[in-house]
Amino acid sequence: MSRATSLVSTDWVQENLSNPNVVLIEVDEDTSLYEKGHIQGAITFHWREDLQDGLIRDLISKEKFEALLSKNGISNDSTVVLYGGNNNWFATYAFWYFKIYGHQDVRLIDGGRKLWELKGLPLVTEVPTRTASRYVAKERDNSIRAFRDQVIASIGIKNIVDVRSPAEFAGELAAPAHLPQEGGQIKGHIPGAKNIPWSKAANEDGTFKSNDELADLYKTAGVDFSKETIAYCRIGERSAFSWFVLHELLDLQNVTNYDGSWTEYGSLVGVPVAVGA
Amino acid sequence: MRTCGATPGGPDLAGVDLANQAVIQGVVLRGGVSDGVPNGAPVDNAYVRLLDLNGEFTAEVPTNLEGQFRFFAAPGSWTVVVLAHGAREEVKVQAQTGIPVDLVIQI
Repeated sequence: MSRATSLVSTDWVQENLSNPNVVLIEVDEDTSLYEKGHIQGAITFHWREDLQDGLIRDLISKEKFEALLSKNGISNDSTVVLYGGNNNWFATYAFWYFKIYGHQDVRLIDGGRKLWELKGLPLVTEVPTRTASRYVAKERDNSIRAFRDQVIASIGIKNIVDVRSPAEFAGELAAPAHLPQEGGQIKGHIPGAKNIPWSKAANEDGTFKSNDELADLYKTAGVDFSKETIAYCRIGERSAFSWFVLHELLDLQNVTNYDGSWTEYGSLVGVPVAVGA
Repeated sequence: MRTCGATPGGPDLAGVDLANQAVIQGVVLRGGVSDGVPNGAPVDNAYVRLLDLNGEFTAEVPTNLEGQFRFFAAPGSWTVVVLAHGAREEVKVQAQTGIPVDLVIQI
């Protein structure tokens, strides 16, 4: 994994709009954005309806993932290129998801939908028709996913990175400021966690900072790259962004995303919690 | 900047629990006479960022089809930054629970 294999530029996308092996997928928090306009040829995945099992609050099963990709004409050898709004939060979550199920060639558009729009590049409303395929997923790779008991056992041992805003970390806000203030039962953070907001890894136009800047960001904040790192946020999307930075761009292999995140941790009974900066 | 009034810039506040939320919202309009766009046209493809007192990023939303946006902040000083194709604007605001900040931002 590296910047070269995980990230593509808006120029690359423009050059590959007609490439039959490339499947563009938009994944947004605000799912109405796709209907408003999307990159030519792109399909969309709904982060909740397509990618969450509503009954047991988990990732969808391997069989459902296979059905989703098959229905959308994605093959095991497709080059999947993800992008979305909100600085690619939900697109990086989908990227992590594709990696969980072992897809070989998945990439992210640097800057996502925002950079595409800020550059004034064209969006279309036409929804492409794709011929169904027969996709076969691998068993889940849980080496990039953290579970709550692992997180609790990691306090004071591994790097735990809270990628939410400082106000959420301190316990002043329960959710990002563009959402109603709801989330875990209590506010605060996991004791010992370093607060390195996801946004510090991104430039204003949504592109990622350079690898030197990124490594400096985490090291200065006290992350020891020789140890395992767990990233978390509120519901696992922003932490997927920071997981992408650490695991894909900085090529650190011992990094997991705790997708249960604060919504799960902040609702547990009797676990240690810290508040304040 | 306008405060809560009959014709706010941001989305309709019906259904928002104003008693418990410190809302910052508004509308982004494309102004000027030489850009080929009529004055006052809503900008439906802008990105609005909310920075805290220290200039730290807190949230970002795209504008809706009417050029509107909304944040649920905490009481205090905030900076709203609007990014759009060829434009960048900053507005400093004071948020408080119960009285929404409602902005009309020309770019």
